[in-house]
Amino acid sequence: MRGKVMNKLRASVLMRHEVGLHARPSVKLTKLAKGFESRIDLGLSPDGPWIDAKSIVKVMATKAPKDSTIYFRAEGADAKAALEALVTLVDGDFQDGR
Amino acid sequence: MDDRTHRATHRIQGRSAAPGIALGPLVRLGPAKHEVRQYRSAAEEHQALVDALATSQLDLGVLARDAGDADAEAILSFQIALLEDDNLAAPAFALIAGGELANEAWSAAIDPEIAAYDAADDPYFRARASDLRDLRDRVLRHLAGETDQSVPAGVIVAADDMPPSTFLATDWRDGGLVLRRGSPSSHVAILARSRGVPMIVGVDVDHLENGTEALLDGNAGLLIVNPDGDMRASFCQRRAEQSEVRQAVASFSGPALTAAGELVRVMINVTGLAELRDIDPAHVDGIGLMRTEFLFQGRKKLPTEEEQYQIYKRMLEWAAGRPVTIRTLDAGGDKPIAGLTQPGDMNPFLGVRGVRLSLRHLDVFRAQLRALARAAVAGNLKVMIPMVTVPEELDRCRALFEQAVEELRREGREVQMPPLGMMVEVPAAALTIEDFNAEFFSIGSNDLIQYVAAASRDEPQLADLARPSRAVFGLIGHVVNYANRSGRETSLCGDLAGDPEQVAALLDQGLRIFSVAPAALGAVRAAIARYSGSAA
Repeated sequence: MRGKVMNKLRASVLMRHEVGLHARPSVKLTKLAKGFESRIDLGLSPDGPWIDAKSIVKVMATKAPKDSTIYFRAEGADAKAALEALVTLVDGDFQDGR
Repeated sequence: MDDRTHRATHRIQGRSAAPGIALGPLVRLGPAKHEVRQYRSAAEEHQALVDALATSQLDLGVLARDAGDADAEAILSFQIALLEDDNLAAPAFALIAGGELANEAWSAAIDPEIAAYDAADDPYFRARASDLRDLRDRVLRHLAGETDQSVPAGVIVAADDMPPSTFLATDWRDGGLVLRRGSPSSHVAILARSRGVPMIVGVDVDHLENGTEALLDGNAGLLIVNPDGDMRASFCQRRAEQSEVRQAVASFSGPALTAAGELVRVMINVTGLAELRDIDPAHVDGIGLMRTEFLFQGRKKLPTEEEQYQIYKRMLEWAAGRPVTIRTLDAGGDKPIAGLTQPGDMNPFLGVRGVRLSLRHLDVFRAQLRALARAAVAGNLKVMIPMVTVPEELDRCRALFEQAVEELRREGREVQMPPLGMMVEVPAAALTIEDFNAEFFSIGSNDLIQYVAAASRDEPQLADLARPSRAVFGLIGHVVNYANRSGRETSLCGDLAGDPEQVAALLDQGLRIFSVAPAALGAVRAAIARYSGSAA
């Protein structure tokens, strides 16, 4: 772990979604991330490279396949809640209604 | 445009994708033209793009609200999310600041994104390129001051290709569709057949001129530009006949009988609940084919057991005791499903598809069988397995089904083992039909024809081979004959059943259950009523 900054929290979760981080999961993930004011980054390795988890253009560009581990880091007042919500979404196979 | 009476009539042969006829002006839908724009100032160009993006977002919001269709909604919500992301247009705004035209800047920003999707290995990602193109063109149209490319009713739309979302957003009354790309088995073709929209594919649409009068013959796969007076007259006559047949069907709720008074059952092929909204169950003898692959497509998330159960149950409730035949997932071939079918299959029609795929993805298959076993208590359910080649495949499916039923019982759920049947579409299965432990048969003529003739139905040059031949009718007769002798039911659910010209030949083979696209019900019933017995 590097870059420990005050209130920069990290989390990771295994994505088992059959088709990977495709359009529908990406739409859900970025929508959820945008609901938090914290800055939230997403990466496919614990050391990045990091992309903005609120940008569907960038999230889709990762083309993350099934069984990827998704890493998140968040910084801001609601960072903890944001990470919990994102991990729950990915862990729950993106089944949060629509 | 003017003086069109002096234009020469000419015929363009394409491939039939959905039957029916239409006469009307051609409306060419093309990529947006962007050379008309005059540069003003960087500030104005910036504002023009801001406005075009905002208007596009509004359009898509309205379309998504009215879509009423899971496939369309998924596509639209992805496009909306892209527009909401500042990262998409950021490079365009940078170019505008550097003195570029808004439309040029927008294309320059989004084209590399499209190219990246086009180059993806994963077919699902490649397919997203068309969503981005759709989005690019929508914004370009707004920049060019064009309104949405909505088309009035009663025209013949000509385009390179058409996404299902556009098809669903169009009023097709008295209209028709001509595409360069696509195939009779594409998504749009299936929607066109189920909604009764005449459609042909494989036409060079570049030479078609907006506003020119044209006659589209979806049965013959023919487009006649500038039809002469005789052609128009014959069109009017055919259309009058069509509407008579339709009206006859609308008032018809009893059983379908041949001229000799023999009962024939006519069922429908469907892909989901949406199509059932406009159909009175009293007008049909049940659902002869529910294609479950459409529940798996477009949504990019395989449906859960619970979701499937809810849909199957609602279908059975709609049918109110009439048989509902649900086919297990028939993915592969021309129906890839992201994350499930094998990308880059050398020869997908001869590859891992149908039951071959299900038996290699037991987690997905089990979820479907569990959903079916639970739904079976809600009505008259029958389950059929696609692409069965050897008896062992069906035996394995039956064992898995029984396991699923047993498992659910242990979980304390109310379940039932429905009759298990098979699609007959592989010649090997048709030839040895006696060996299969199936409770009923359903002949899939589309695949059977192409496998018997070793000719793709999507290859226009081989259209003469990939048709119902004596060899095909021989196999159909063999299956029906065996089924009758052994007390089993056989239906036919391919396009052959929906072709009124083939109805008599199928009745000759002893077939007494037809399953057709809802739009073909009228014509098929009329053909059955004309049948007075074997011509032989």
